[in-house]
Amino acid sequence: MQSKLCISHPVLRVSAIATALALTAALGTSAIAADNGKYRIGVVTFLSGAAAGPFGVPAANGAKLVVEALNSGKVPAPYSKKGINGLEIEMIVLDEAGGATKQTEEFRNLIQRQKVDAVIGYISSGDCLAIAPAAEELGVPTIFFDCGTSKVFEVVKNPKFLFRTGLDAVVDNIAAARYVAESRPNIKTVASIQQNYAWGQESWADFVLALQGIKPEVKVVSEQWPKLGQGQYGAEISALSVSNPDVIHSSFWGGDMEALMLQGGARGLFDKRTAVLTAGETGIESFKDNVPNGTILGGRGPFGAFAPKNALNDWFRPAFQAQFKADPTYPAYKMVQAILGLKAAAEKTAKAGTMPTSDQVVQGLSGLSFEAPSGTVIMSRAKGHQAVQSVSFGEYQFDAKTGKGMVTKVKTYAGECVMPPDGRTSAEWIKAGFPGAKCK
Amino acid sequence: MTTIFAILIDGAIYASWLFLVAAGLTIIYGVMRVLNMAHGSFYAIGAYSAASLVSWYFSGNQGNAYWSLLMLPACALVAGAIIGIAIEQGLLRFLQGRDEILMVIVTYALLLILEDATKLIWGVNPYFAYQPYRLLGRTSIGEGLRFANYDLALIAVAILIGLVAWFILNRTNKGRLLRAVIHDREIAIAMGVNVNAMFAATFTIGAVLGALAGALTAPAISVTPGIGVEVIVLAFAVVVVGGLGSIGGAAVGAILVGLSRSFAVHIAPEIELFVIYGVMFLVLAIRPQGLFGQALARRI
Repeated sequence: MQSKLCISHPVLRVSAIATALALTAALGTSAIAADNGKYRIGVVTFLSGAAAGPFGVPAANGAKLVVEALNSGKVPAPYSKKGINGLEIEMIVLDEAGGATKQTEEFRNLIQRQKVDAVIGYISSGDCLAIAPAAEELGVPTIFFDCGTSKVFEVVKNPKFLFRTGLDAVVDNIAAARYVAESRPNIKTVASIQQNYAWGQESWADFVLALQGIKPEVKVVSEQWPKLGQGQYGAEISALSVSNPDVIHSSFWGGDMEALMLQGGARGLFDKRTAVLTAGETGIESFKDNVPNGTILGGRGPFGAFAPKNALNDWFRPAFQAQFKADPTYPAYKMVQAILGLKAAAEKTAKAGTMPTSDQVVQGLSGLSFEAPSGTVIMSRAKGHQAVQSVSFGEYQFDAKTGKGMVTKVKTYAGECVMPPDGRTSAEWIKAGFPGAKCK
Repeated sequence: MTTIFAILIDGAIYASWLFLVAAGLTIIYGVMRVLNMAHGSFYAIGAYSAASLVSWYFSGNQGNAYWSLLMLPACALVAGAIIGIAIEQGLLRFLQGRDEILMVIVTYALLLILEDATKLIWGVNPYFAYQPYRLLGRTSIGEGLRFANYDLALIAVAILIGLVAWFILNRTNKGRLLRAVIHDREIAIAMGVNVNAMFAATFTIGAVLGALAGALTAPAISVTPGIGVEVIVLAFAVVVVGGLGSIGGAAVGAILVGLSRSFAVHIAPEIELFVIYGVMFLVLAIRPQGLFGQALARRI
């Protein structure tokens, strides 16, 4: 029996041919462009789905801005040299949506087919945990810029190619607990509302352990576990209201966080109680007068509204505002930090003007201390592969005149105060009473 | 005592929201036998258009703030009608009578396309229309427990829509014709019922209901990409519990799911997620066609 592919309709035939041509063209360019003398970075961040708006797109914008500025030599010292080691940077931006299996596949594609020299990316902890072993296996410098799971360097115990230039969520929650204990010394009860997945569960476990470590008399009166992306928190708000806590901790992010604050605010949930939002910084621009003054916000490090005054921040913040008509939030800062770390590492070890090899980059980045708009970043944990930085928390304040929100009463906790030492899990460290913590 | 009140009121509010979301889905399935995955997109489009209009209204020197409450259904009517007619006339009309599974795939493709289309139009940044939510104030019930009157009003809206749908289906001529189509499409055609017109009208009404659910929810949430996909799974759960294609079933399904979820949140929050699908499992184990669904013999 003879079988034959037969496309009879002319329109169909034309579109089939066009598709085939487009595919051939796409494959063709990827093969040719591998050795064009440019330093190729694969950037992976959410461009679709719920995490795109609050995290992915600001991060992609940050990457776009800093790569363009580096290529034209517009970034202030110590990054005024063009590109990376004098070579133009070429960026391939990919969408992080689709889950860990898809991301591992795309990560392999980036390295083996697109021939990138380094990969920077990943917001979701699930994606990070899946990519971590693959990064070591494929031997290309891979920098996690955002994901918060504390398990990354438990999965890869002796990292060579894998780095994280941002902090993990443990640090956020220990700092949040310290801030609450210092600013609300009379706190007796605490309640929680978290998205029911790894991020929410780990955040709450670390926070409550740390808070009860500092103030053992604090009681948990309610724990709410809505689904990620639920959007409707009527019953949870009632349950929280009835349990009447002094402080409500939430690691909510994005639309869920904004919806919770809108609904809770309208129902008076925060009238006599303080909310602690560990990822709250991304919402400052949209909160307006819907979030009560005094709400405790975190920004996962000294980023966004918490960023210090320095030459790099004085350049970055206005440049971002001018180009994207919005304030840069923490994901943008963290992305820029990762790219600048990569540049600093490559230029430390590679001969000027030459293409930095993978070995040179990882050798340079390991244990490196480099400058970023958020201040100095020291790669001193996990054998020089995990960044140490300070973490800031502050209180939200809405200015009715300008119609803008800001943070006040900011307290910054040094990395040594809130990070467990290498080789110790956060839970062990907290339970042992934070031994070796250096707090001011 | 406060907890019991809270469970009942939260359950009723959540049930009315579920009913609003599920009503359009079940009407379209009942008449057209199309399990419309794109219903989530209608919800999202309703929410986005309402949020855009309301925030535009409040950003200017607006007049009476109460007008914003009327804008919500108006937006839903316009956006839902446009998108409903466009999809029915532009696509589904050509696929009438196809296998139900194929229609699930077609409408799933539509969902993906519309998701991206909303992103093209509105971008990825959140939209807010929070003013109407606060406009109606709040009611105190017991100590420390307050409800937004907007949410309480949602219960009335859901009851109204349920009653109107019941009245149209059972007490009007058009409704009787529609029921004839639901019971047996072939006989209805043979008796001279204009099924094509019925389908177009039903799909548009379903789309408007989906958009209405989105528009009425918009003031309480942050309208962001992905909200449509989230609701479609819940809407399916409710519709399946009640029996596909039955308005009364959707109402009972919504009340069952709403009350059990609210009970779980107050008594055992860790099983909140499980409860919704636990109810679905129980109902389907006892009555696979749903509470109000009719078991059909397969035609060969």
